[in-house]
Amino acid sequence: MNKALIVAEHFQGKLNASTAKCLSCVQGIGDVEIDIAVLAADAAAVAAEAAALGGVQRVLTLERPENAEALAAVQAPQIAALARGYTHLFGPSTTFGKDLMPRIAALLGVGQISDVMAVQSAYRFHRPVYASNAIVTVEAPAGQIVVATVRTASFQPAAGAGQAAIERAQVEAMLPTHTRFVSRSAANADRPDLQSAARVVSGGRALASAENFKLLYQLADALGAAVGASRAAVDAGYAANELQVGQTGKIIAPELYVALGISGAIQHLTGIKDARTIVAVNKDSEAPIFEVADIGLVGDLFQIVPELERLIRARG
Amino acid sequence: MSPILVGIKRVIDFSVRVRVKPDGSGVVTDGVKMSINPFDEIALEEALRIKERNLAGEVIAISIGPAEAQQQLRTALAMGADRALLVQVERPVEPLTAAQVFLKLAQKHQPQLVILGKQAIDDDNGQTGQMLAALWERPQATYASKLELEGGRARVTREVDAGLETIEIDLPGVVTTDLRLNEPRYIKLPDIMKAKKKPLDVTTLAELGVTLPAQGIRSLKFEPPPVRSRGVMVKDAAELVAALQQRGVI
Repeated sequence: MNKALIVAEHFQGKLNASTAKCLSCVQGIGDVEIDIAVLAADAAAVAAEAAALGGVQRVLTLERPENAEALAAVQAPQIAALARGYTHLFGPSTTFGKDLMPRIAALLGVGQISDVMAVQSAYRFHRPVYASNAIVTVEAPAGQIVVATVRTASFQPAAGAGQAAIERAQVEAMLPTHTRFVSRSAANADRPDLQSAARVVSGGRALASAENFKLLYQLADALGAAVGASRAAVDAGYAANELQVGQTGKIIAPELYVALGISGAIQHLTGIKDARTIVAVNKDSEAPIFEVADIGLVGDLFQIVPELERLIRARG
Repeated sequence: MSPILVGIKRVIDFSVRVRVKPDGSGVVTDGVKMSINPFDEIALEEALRIKERNLAGEVIAISIGPAEAQQQLRTALAMGADRALLVQVERPVEPLTAAQVFLKLAQKHQPQLVILGKQAIDDDNGQTGQMLAALWERPQATYASKLELEGGRARVTREVDAGLETIEIDLPGVVTTDLRLNEPRYIKLPDIMKAKKKPLDVTTLAELGVTLPAQGIRSLKFEPPPVRSRGVMVKDAAELVAALQQRGVI
């Protein structure tokens, strides 16, 4: 029997969707009893959400004022203490989990498997390396806890509803005071975050100016999508650097990726190859982006983009 | 003033199209261009800028890798590092072992900061900085896009999924770099000449007192990723929207 503990990710009293995706990854281990840990100043709302996920045994809350902000240095010793007796400790491969999980692994004296994209057995997993240009099968040693982060783009949220018991957990842990939260600012409060968005509309050099990029923002808003850009568009000054998609920018895996006027350089394709559906609009029918696009349209962006926006808005 | 330690990993250059070996034992590295991990270049640049503001002593570049990693350390010296140390290993080490190496060196050199890349672009683990901070029992500030030092503390802006987060840490601490922290400088020819005279020492895990784990995480098999196939072409915007609906994405 395997015993797995999942570290819940939450923000402003809401459970992040990454937790349900971790759950479906962990369910793939088989013969497993799954608990979820919620660290917060007040865990009630998040714990209730976690308890309603399908297939969870217990939700363990660690409530203390120091857990008001998710600081890895503060959370890691608590989770390391809570993890004793488990065979598996999993968290999401988001900036939250990527920051936290290796710190816990080191406290437990074990290595970590980053970005699990498929589960082969309780100790064998697939993960991407070289910016997803290779997939490696890794094996963790049996007889010690397996610490891993889950590549959320590779898993659907766990199905079904549940009624797990919610228990208040107690751990002995010395919490450091050397790390303090100062502030947070949303990069684009009115638009989804590029890294985690389900839909992304990206523009390339063919947009030809920063002014023209507004066209793309309007389409993105109609779709409820985040905005991205190719390196060429960023280098030309049409879009901000933080919008860059590709190996030297953000590597993303949205449900829908719309590439407008992007030729499809290798380094860009590396950043989007795990998108579920890729749409490409480009006036050059020979552009490499069409090699990977699920839906391609050859034509003039400046006619097609407003037309697309109108059609999508018309659907309601 | 206390020094800054910087990690320099030798990796396949980011512009190279990586190919998996036919026998699945790894990726092709023969005759492939090797470079400093781009995030490590940013780490070194940040350390140099701190030193240039007279806020740090020596900048020490450290690599764990094969003998050939001396090339990347020479590049780091040409960029401006004061000295370099290669911890020579025959096979790549896991992040936990790398963290143990940096712990030993942190204990020896008593730096105010250890700056590492947020991840190396070969194994994409992204663990060493956090593991070092845990073993060292010091703060970590990962994914840094801004770093300000002030009186024994650092204020670090971090790139997180929700936007930007600012934390304050007491020094010494570990910082890992994100792309937007800075733009690394170009190396000028005279710097390359100067770098040849700078100290580059070589040591081993045994000399540092670091042992390899009895049982680690093993890589069993490498495979190329699934290839995306060419999809359908549509004639106009209306057909495109219809195709999206058919796929259930809108």
